Amino acid sequence: MAARSEPAAIAAPLATANGLRHQYLVMAGMALALASAPLLLYPVFLMKVLCFALFACAFNLLIGYVGLVSFGHAAFFGTAAYAAGHAAKVWGFPPELAVAFATLCSAALGLVFGWLAIRRQGIYFAMITLALAQMLYFFYLQAPFTGGEDGIQAIPRGRLLGVLDLSNDLVMYWVVLAVFLGGFLLIYRTIHSPFGQVLKAIRENEPRAVSLGYEVDRYKLLAFVLSAALSGLAGGTKALVFQLASLTDVHWTMSGEVVLMALVGGLGTVFGPIVGAAVIVSLQNYLAGLGHWVTIVQGLIFVACVLAFRRGIVGELGRLLGKPL
Amino acid sequence: MAGDGTILETQGLTKEFRGFVAVRDVALRVRRGSVHALIGPNGAGKTTCFNLLTKFLQPTAGRIFFEGRDITGLRPAEVAKLGIVRSFQISAVFGHLTALENVRIALQRQRGESFDFWRSEKLLERWNGRARELLDAVGIGAFADVPAAELPYGRKRALELATTIALEPRLMLLDEPTAGMGREDVGRITALIREVAKGRTVLMVEHNLSVVADLCDTITVLVRGEILAEGDYARIAADPRVREAYIGSEEGRA
Repeated sequence: MAARSEPAAIAAPLATANGLRHQYLVMAGMALALASAPLLLYPVFLMKVLCFALFACAFNLLIGYVGLVSFGHAAFFGTAAYAAGHAAKVWGFPPELAVAFATLCSAALGLVFGWLAIRRQGIYFAMITLALAQMLYFFYLQAPFTGGEDGIQAIPRGRLLGVLDLSNDLVMYWVVLAVFLGGFLLIYRTIHSPFGQVLKAIRENEPRAVSLGYEVDRYKLLAFVLSAALSGLAGGTKALVFQLASLTDVHWTMSGEVVLMALVGGLGTVFGPIVGAAVIVSLQNYLAGLGHWVTIVQGLIFVACVLAFRRGIVGELGRLLGKPL
Repeated sequence: MAGDGTILETQGLTKEFRGFVAVRDVALRVRRGSVHALIGPNGAGKTTCFNLLTKFLQPTAGRIFFEGRDITGLRPAEVAKLGIVRSFQISAVFGHLTALENVRIALQRQRGESFDFWRSEKLLERWNGRARELLDAVGIGAFADVPAAELPYGRKRALELATTIALEPRLMLLDEPTAGMGREDVGRITALIREVAKGRTVLMVEHNLSVVADLCDTITVLVRGEILAEGDYARIAADPRVREAYIGSEEGRA
């Protein structure tokens, strides 16, 4: 037992890192920063960042903590955008119900997509999600209620619970912030739940998890549905913010963007997708003048990440600090 | 069907892969409380047999009975829930989880399925004590908070054993527990298996014949997918057909 002392020494900092107290601190700091951000930045821009941050976090739940790579997540984001838009505009739903309905639609869609896709693994899983999402895209292109190329425009933001007038951007911002924080905390809890432990075990070694008696397909399916629902929450909220649901939201490039956000921020990190979303949305906003060159800049970032910062911004930062972020 | 002393029995177990018969008409009978070895040259079908018994593969023909119950049609997780727990040829640990968490994943099975994503993982801490006991039992108590991936190979196998025992299996299937180990580790793992085999039933695939001689009550020799011989070590070692199969196909391995 000569080797005993050495690994135990490595273990000490890790054990405290597992206490995760620093993550609560970062979380509090983030909430504070986001609460004061409208003083400096344009609320609509911030809302866009928050919607995509939630979307990226939901996506990261699958890729980072279950090891499932979905290339079809735009389907959930876009379906929710249409559902919220239609419910609010045509059926006259109040915003909270419109978003709840949208989330439910995406969850149901996630159940179907997930049920079909989790029978396969790795690249086949990814291809099935992509194929299903593409089928849905062409359905939405033709379906009358989506407005085809025009999308659903002038979606009313309405009054939250009949009280708060969301047409005021700042009021809307507080609501979006609450939605984001709620979604983020749910994901955080999921990662650190008994369920999350099993997910991590599946990610690390699926056959071993099976041999311990876990019905891994059911765990994967539940994770998939959760991810789809939270992507829907993000998409539905985004439709209200911009008062627009369009084909862009269901297009495969949207699925690609969320992959990019999670990757730039750091796969399998708690805060990475948020940073990734902020970076990508900022690029799109501030480099909008460059037109199509934005795509090229994004491509370069992607290449740089894959070559030099495999762990993403937050992943590398966490490694430097010696603490998981 | 199964007599009193039989925990696992197969009848006519066969697995065919596109015309290649990996396992042919195997009738295996594992006595309760025994340590039973499955040996044979490379490609004899030992691991395929394991995969069939744990339902990771579906047999082409034949039946499998566990404690008298036909388990041929069950899914792998169902077989595991009945108490047949396997290990893998390449050490199967959850690399980014700590040793303690690895064992706890198994202990967590006691609460049934864990679909409660809204609860805190803190409620798993009630198994920390038991997990530490198990880690101590296999001699890696000091590594409880080390990520499994950072453990040296021999310790990983010990961790795998601790995780397996945590489920209180009725039948343990160990796939080459000493594969790829140095002499010192082999000795340690052999002692460990002897310890955990007390009061349990173990079926193991093993290449290292000295380990087999040391540990096992019954040995089944598999060659080209078929049972060639069965008996205790002395009998197997004296069997000329076994010698021929071994020396003929992989000299010096034993």
